[in-house]
Amino acid sequence: MMISRFVLAILLVCGQSALAHAEEDIFAEYRAMFGDDSPAILVEMDGEALWSTAAGEKAVSLETCDLGLGPGVVDGAYAQLPRYFQDADKVMDLETRLLWCMETIQGLDTIDLRDQPFSEQGTPQTALEQLSAFIASRSKGLPISVPQSHPKEVEAFESGKRLFNFRAGPHDFSCATCHGQEGKRIRLQSLLKLNSPEGARESFSTWPAYRISQGSVRTIEWRMADCARQQRLPGLIFGSDFAIDLITYLGVQANGEAMNAPGLKR
Amino acid sequence: MASPMRIRATMMNGATEVKVLMSHPMETGQRKDSSGALVPVHHIKDVVAKHNDKVVLQAEWGAAVSQNPFLQFKFSGGAAGDTVSVTWNDNKGETRTDQVTLR
Repeated sequence: MMISRFVLAILLVCGQSALAHAEEDIFAEYRAMFGDDSPAILVEMDGEALWSTAAGEKAVSLETCDLGLGPGVVDGAYAQLPRYFQDADKVMDLETRLLWCMETIQGLDTIDLRDQPFSEQGTPQTALEQLSAFIASRSKGLPISVPQSHPKEVEAFESGKRLFNFRAGPHDFSCATCHGQEGKRIRLQSLLKLNSPEGARESFSTWPAYRISQGSVRTIEWRMADCARQQRLPGLIFGSDFAIDLITYLGVQANGEAMNAPGLKR
Repeated sequence: MASPMRIRATMMNGATEVKVLMSHPMETGQRKDSSGALVPVHHIKDVVAKHNDKVVLQAEWGAAVSQNPFLQFKFSGGAAGDTVSVTWNDNKGETRTDQVTLR
């Protein structure tokens, strides 16, 4: 009786870890089938076109936008975001920086974009998603190097670490509740330990990503908003310090890892 | 007009492997949008792939094929300078043809 229960316990444990890896194998196979291709490429091409399209009151393109490496420099820009920007006097991630460029360089009214930064399932991708896919693709293979040289960058990291462990909402969930241990999963989705370099590297290097289940490219701000939703927190304001600080916390931990975005995820 | 298809064709051991990434919403006609209204049917009905002028693949697609279809197939033969073209027609009468030259 005791022996069979023991055997049953072992089988259950083995079954669980096999299940946690099975889901990853399916998508690894799917990625291998694609090879260098990915549905995200279609969105990247749209983003590239959008980058050089004149828009806004000033009828200019985003080609003089400084993403941290100088005006118009796109290659390698995503790998060093979020960072401090002198002209805005704040730490910005790619998406907030793009909005800033749209407002100041193009004189574009971004109220609709801030209100609905992400596309609904089945609808065309938003400008932010297209631009994120394009800009991230230009950092592919380059090492992540989120800076910590400015005091505000350090502050963002420290704040991100605090927020990661901050329990809130009706379930009293923090990010650490799901992402603070090794080898855990929710239903069939395996969870990375995001307060460790290994987990942060795997996560940060593959966002933005084409989400197969959504049929769209999703950005890291989207991921933060969706996590907040799953934690049953109040709706996350797009471009908030909450999101930027957490993204900084992940990025700094991931420093050194080769960027591999846009990724391909479930 | 729909976004261009990405076609990659590689020759190996007397055969050519073709990978095509198509941009298409592929609506089944059964999905409802956020306001509760049914999203109308809009998907690719048939696909034709040609090697120079010879048809090497014909496919009839329906609701089971998902958004932004990825198609991979092989045909025997193929030499540098040959063209591989892929054409799709959808239920709304829209069509798209793209081609590549083998190198």
